[in-house]
Amino acid sequence: MVNGSRTAPPPAAPAAPARIQVADLRLSYGDKEVIHGISFDVRANEILGVIGPAQSGKSSMLRCLNRTIEFVAGARVAGTVHVDGEDVSRTRDVHALRRKIGMVAPLPVGLPLTIYDNVAFAPRCAGLRDRAELDALVEHCLRQAALWDEVKDRLGSLGTALSGGQQQRLTIARALSHRPEVLCLDEFSIAIDPVTTMRIEDVLKELRREITIILVTNLTQQARRLADRTMFMLNGRIVELDRTDVVFSEQPGSRQTWDYVNGNFG
Amino acid sequence: MTAPAPAPRPQRSRLERLGESLLEGLIRLSGVSAIVFVLAIFFFVFREAAPVVFSRNFDLWKFLFSIEWYPTSASNVRYGTFALTVGSFAVTALAMAIAVPFGLGAAIYLSEFCGRRLRETLKIVIELLSAIPSVVWGFIALTVTSKLVVDATGAAVGVNVLNGGVVLALMSVPIIVSIGEDALKAVPDSYREAALALGATRWQVVYRVLLPAARNGLLAAVLLGVGRAVGETMAVLMATGHAVHIPGSLLDSVRTLTANIAAELGEAPVGSDHYRVLFLTGVLLFCITFAVNIVADLAIRGVRRRG
Ligand SMILES: Nc1ncnc2c1ncn2[C@@H]1O[C@H](COP(=O)(O)OP(=O)(O)O)[C@@H](O)[C@H]1O
Ligand SMILES: [Mg+2]
Repeated sequence: MVNGSRTAPPPAAPAAPARIQVADLRLSYGDKEVIHGISFDVRANEILGVIGPAQSGKSSMLRCLNRTIEFVAGARVAGTVHVDGEDVSRTRDVHALRRKIGMVAPLPVGLPLTIYDNVAFAPRCAGLRDRAELDALVEHCLRQAALWDEVKDRLGSLGTALSGGQQQRLTIARALSHRPEVLCLDEFSIAIDPVTTMRIEDVLKELRREITIILVTNLTQQARRLADRTMFMLNGRIVELDRTDVVFSEQPGSRQTWDYVNGNFG
Repeated sequence: MTAPAPAPRPQRSRLERLGESLLEGLIRLSGVSAIVFVLAIFFFVFREAAPVVFSRNFDLWKFLFSIEWYPTSASNVRYGTFALTVGSFAVTALAMAIAVPFGLGAAIYLSEFCGRRLRETLKIVIELLSAIPSVVWGFIALTVTSKLVVDATGAAVGVNVLNGGVVLALMSVPIIVSIGEDALKAVPDSYREAALALGATRWQVVYRVLLPAARNGLLAAVLLGVGRAVGETMAVLMATGHAVHIPGSLLDSVRTLTANIAAELGEAPVGSDHYRVLFLTGVLLFCITFAVNIVADLAIRGVRRRG
């Protein structure tokens, strides 16, 4: 069990090399501290499930990883985040860092561009100009996000005109378009129907072979289905981080975890 | 024991409904009145001009495309406005060539790149600029910029197309900046953040997301700037030197349609041909601005359809 209030160094021999190392991360919005010094690793090619009630700081934690927390005026971060050994607060190129970490927000924000341009946006910003390559990439990403069949005939129409669920898949395609090494999904299935959710879950299982995934979810069963390890966050602290089968077993490391997972929380 | 009588379904009073329909009528009236006013203005201007249009020796082709403007010639009166039209276009085009890049650039800087304190200060300065009356601009054109123009280019006279264009640009920039900045600020921050989260630089956010998203508002900003430049009278009258001919270079003096009306209407006897032709010039000006607006409207629609 990892306890948020303790700041012990990570164990010496992790199962796989750590992609992301978070050490004593603290975050406050103005005077209000909402993450109280958490430490954890994300291993290469795992799916790390993050569960916990609303307001636990799950989304805020994700935003610290790719430094999009900087957009929030008054947000202060302490502690360190290393991605592939590089301290994100000292990175030379924050744009490259953000391309390395794909981010899917709970409420989809389609850019006011065409469907094609939405997906081609990040590659273009990274300097990709070749039309054929872009075409192939756009198709590949839209297929991965289980959206291709629905939009292949209208790639030139506005992305913001899609339905909520389609826009969410568009943002997933977009997050995959810059070939991230880590993909963070924040409650991605809120606006998607169960069938599509299942299709995307299958895609995530496929993707695990290539990339590392952090899956923040309000559906504990989704974490159970997909995650290799699961982290339970509560009030800005990590209550427990362990193998998913342990977290969902009858004897998790913490009584609170059992309560939350079994739905008698609060 | 009796069950409490169900409360009646709430309904709005007659008075409330009457008030609402009254309000609706008023709003409709004010909308319609805008159209009525425009038509009325057109009608009265055209009525002053009509007798000369329908007289036998009036030649519309010559009026539009002859460069000979001799309204007070004793032997052979000629009313050709082409040089005036060209003068208006030349000065406006130059003004826009200067004002649009500066104005849009400043709008982008204000809305996307500068800090809050600096932005507030700059906005106040820009509002002050747009509050300067046009006769003051004319005065500046006559005494300040015309000398600069002479110093910089060695032109014989400082009151010319260049001088007029510069002053009109100075007058249009504040409009373009403030409306353009509003248009950019109206783009939701969520777009900026989504784009930045995808690894875009701030400049990439501007030209890949904000400019397309705000294009209608930006186009409106440019057009209001054009409108100010085309319709401006006092400042160009003082700035451009007032010679009726087609300018061969930026350093030639010209006269614009507006300045011509302002300069001559006072001298033309009421009811004379000259007087009526000047009103007809007003109608021509009206048509030009109308055409500009329609083209702009079509352009916006075209952009929208492609988008
Ligand atoms: N932009 C913000 N400004 C101020 N407080 C915020 C902001 N975003 C989140 N918070 C606060 O931070 C805490 C954690 O929120 P969040 O990270 O969204 O949790 P979760 O994603 O687990 O629901 C909450 O108390 C929330 O009110
Ligand atoms: Mg959240």
